[in-house]
Amino acid sequence: MTSSGYLIRSASLLGKETADILVRDGVIAAVGQDLSAEIVGQATVIDATNLVALPGMVDLHTHLREPGREDAETVETGTRAAALGGFTAVHAMANSSPVADTAGVVEQVYTLGRESGWVDVRPVGAVTVGLAGAQLAELGAMADSRARVRVFSDDGICVSDPVLMRRALEYVKAFDGVIAQHAQEPRLTEGAQMNEGEVSADLGLAGWPAVAEESIIARDVLLAQHVGSRLHVCHVSTAGSVEIIRWAKERGISVTAEVTPHHLLLTEELVRSYNPVYKVNPPLRADADVHALRAALADGTIDIVGTDHAPHPSEAKECEWAAAAMGMTGLETALSVVQETMIETNLMTWADFARVTSTTPAQIGQLADQGRPLEVGEPANIVLVDPAARWTVDPSAMATKGRNSPFAGLQLPGKVIATFFNGHPTVLSGMLNTPYRHGAN
Amino acid sequence: MRHLLSTEQLSLENAIQILDTAQEMSAVGEREIKKLPALRGRTVVNLFFEDSTRTRISFEAAAKRLSADVINFSAKGSSVSKGESLKDTAQTLEAMSADAVVIRHWASGAPAQLANSGWIDAAVINAGDGTHAHPTQALLDAFTMRAHWAKLAGTSSVGADLSGMRVIIVGDVLHSRVARSNVWLLRTLGAHVTLVAPPTLLPVGIEHWPCEVSYDLDAALEKGVDAVMMLRVQAERMNASFFPSTREYARRWGFDDSRLAKLDALNLKDTIIMHPGPMNRGLEISSAAADSPRSTVLAQVRNGVSVRMATLYLLLSGEMRQSHAPSPLPSVKDPS
Repeated sequence: MTSSGYLIRSASLLGKETADILVRDGVIAAVGQDLSAEIVGQATVIDATNLVALPGMVDLHTHLREPGREDAETVETGTRAAALGGFTAVHAMANSSPVADTAGVVEQVYTLGRESGWVDVRPVGAVTVGLAGAQLAELGAMADSRARVRVFSDDGICVSDPVLMRRALEYVKAFDGVIAQHAQEPRLTEGAQMNEGEVSADLGLAGWPAVAEESIIARDVLLAQHVGSRLHVCHVSTAGSVEIIRWAKERGISVTAEVTPHHLLLTEELVRSYNPVYKVNPPLRADADVHALRAALADGTIDIVGTDHAPHPSEAKECEWAAAAMGMTGLETALSVVQETMIETNLMTWADFARVTSTTPAQIGQLADQGRPLEVGEPANIVLVDPAARWTVDPSAMATKGRNSPFAGLQLPGKVIATFFNGHPTVLSGMLNTPYRHGAN
Repeated sequence: MRHLLSTEQLSLENAIQILDTAQEMSAVGEREIKKLPALRGRTVVNLFFEDSTRTRISFEAAAKRLSADVINFSAKGSSVSKGESLKDTAQTLEAMSADAVVIRHWASGAPAQLANSGWIDAAVINAGDGTHAHPTQALLDAFTMRAHWAKLAGTSSVGADLSGMRVIIVGDVLHSRVARSNVWLLRTLGAHVTLVAPPTLLPVGIEHWPCEVSYDLDAALEKGVDAVMMLRVQAERMNASFFPSTREYARRWGFDDSRLAKLDALNLKDTIIMHPGPMNRGLEISSAAADSPRSTVLAQVRNGVSVRMATLYLLLSGEMRQSHAPSPLPSVKDPS
């Protein structure tokens, strides 16, 4: 990056007033109408007419697979996908191999992220050793490590033991951490393949009942209230869960909740194809759930969008439904799916979009440099979006190694034109540019 | 129609065509030389990922009576954990120029995946997939019921449906591909179906199935019934809290001697008792019931060969009529 910086000309800030943004030395140096030549200097001009400027997106829920499953994804490929999707920070889930349950592993992931330079990579620490649900991992050591872990999760597996969950919620208060729970009662979901209801009855696939999610959320909000801790609920998928979270928030319980783009758009009807690309955990639910999730995201009951980006090699999906892996890619489609489901439907504005995809997830993850307003002096983590663009999802053209996009073939609105990470354009003209080099800028 | 994957998508026209063709095929089984040249030079593969000697030999007999070449391929185990994947197996069969693949699989949906994946050109016949569907079983059951129904009416069964017939299906509906396939086919053929089971063995979401549901076998019998189909209780259900004990199950939901006597007491002299086999005698059905003149168990086995001959013949000869069945693949549904 040249020290002369970039002038983003005529962008619509959060979809509202139009202004120029001068990016220089990693920060927003100026914002205003028709910035004078004196201020702009030799900055490279990027014409952002008809583009929306947003704070860089922050994903609280990404599976980067490294270390251990580099055949599925690496930090490099996953963060390229993130930058293309408009993200400037991702939280890497702990279910790698080895599990991110020690300071050593989280520092490895953190370092890989720094070296890649496409986005901030913030490792999530495991709650229990080996995700085994038996014994707390060294949460303090991970918090004190260079990775400065603040979000802890056994994602993929529920911390189902109520005593262990209580202890985890209490313990992380020592360093203001948060437990992100994958809410799934294990006994109620043994062998579960899809949402339990009319479609599972027809298809003869073992059901994953809504009550298995809702009962854990109900228990956890009560535990969080009892011990005065902060709880984050991953990938809320049912209308009943929304009701419980709404109730908890009304009572002042410190709970935040997340919804995935795929749960905002897709329903269990797709499972009738038996195509394992639609296999995900928690499963795709019914129409009524989709509507409840959209309403909850719009009214703030659900705080954020998290992708649960879960790349898998093709052989893990080209097989029988029951044998297939669970999970879908999402980094490169999140913005478009949220635009389609929340903005095109007039449920939210772009300012709301910035809140649920950037500001609030950065606050939950305690990322000081992320999710900031587009104001002078703030870190220049910015994404430029063409909201009028329409594109057809083609998984083979994606930067992620995963080809398991449930949106394949769909036409979606909204295209990321540029992503600035620490003032450096990681994406320009809708294509990958160059990574940010820590210490070299 | 290129494949037979489930009965839900089978039109009335196709169902009756299969049953009528099976009727013609059954005559072949009564000849001294039980063979037709219809599928000479064609290759039928029995691809079994799950043991089922009964179903396999039924398909094998059907294909051989039509003079097809038969290859039996036993591929036990799951695709990812053990060895070769479904895709590789399918492509191997494709490379060997299989004309039809009869597939039995432990995973619900595997036949549909095989048919829709583009891995293979052959006709796919579902010989039972997981807890989803077993369409040829439902067709042979319907064939058996239709023959009985026509005999009572003193008419020919050719071209007939099952309008007005009252059928009750009893047992583990939750895990039964036989029950699922029967419910949809019997609806199409115009029969009235009641499912009877412990509440634990009925799927959530059953409310939208085209049938009635009851927990009380005696009450269902007392309403009047023309065919009672007993489902097998699988051993793995017995210790998983679906019901307290096999004895309690047999008392409440078994077709025991007292219920056999009850049919007489209710003056239901023409009611038949069906079972897809293999039977757990003394559990879901008593020996007296299984061996009574009402029992159609062996007729069902015999009819199975005819129905499978009809299916193979119609799919491989291209004589299955095109009809307007519901689309098997949903499009992406945007709930907005």
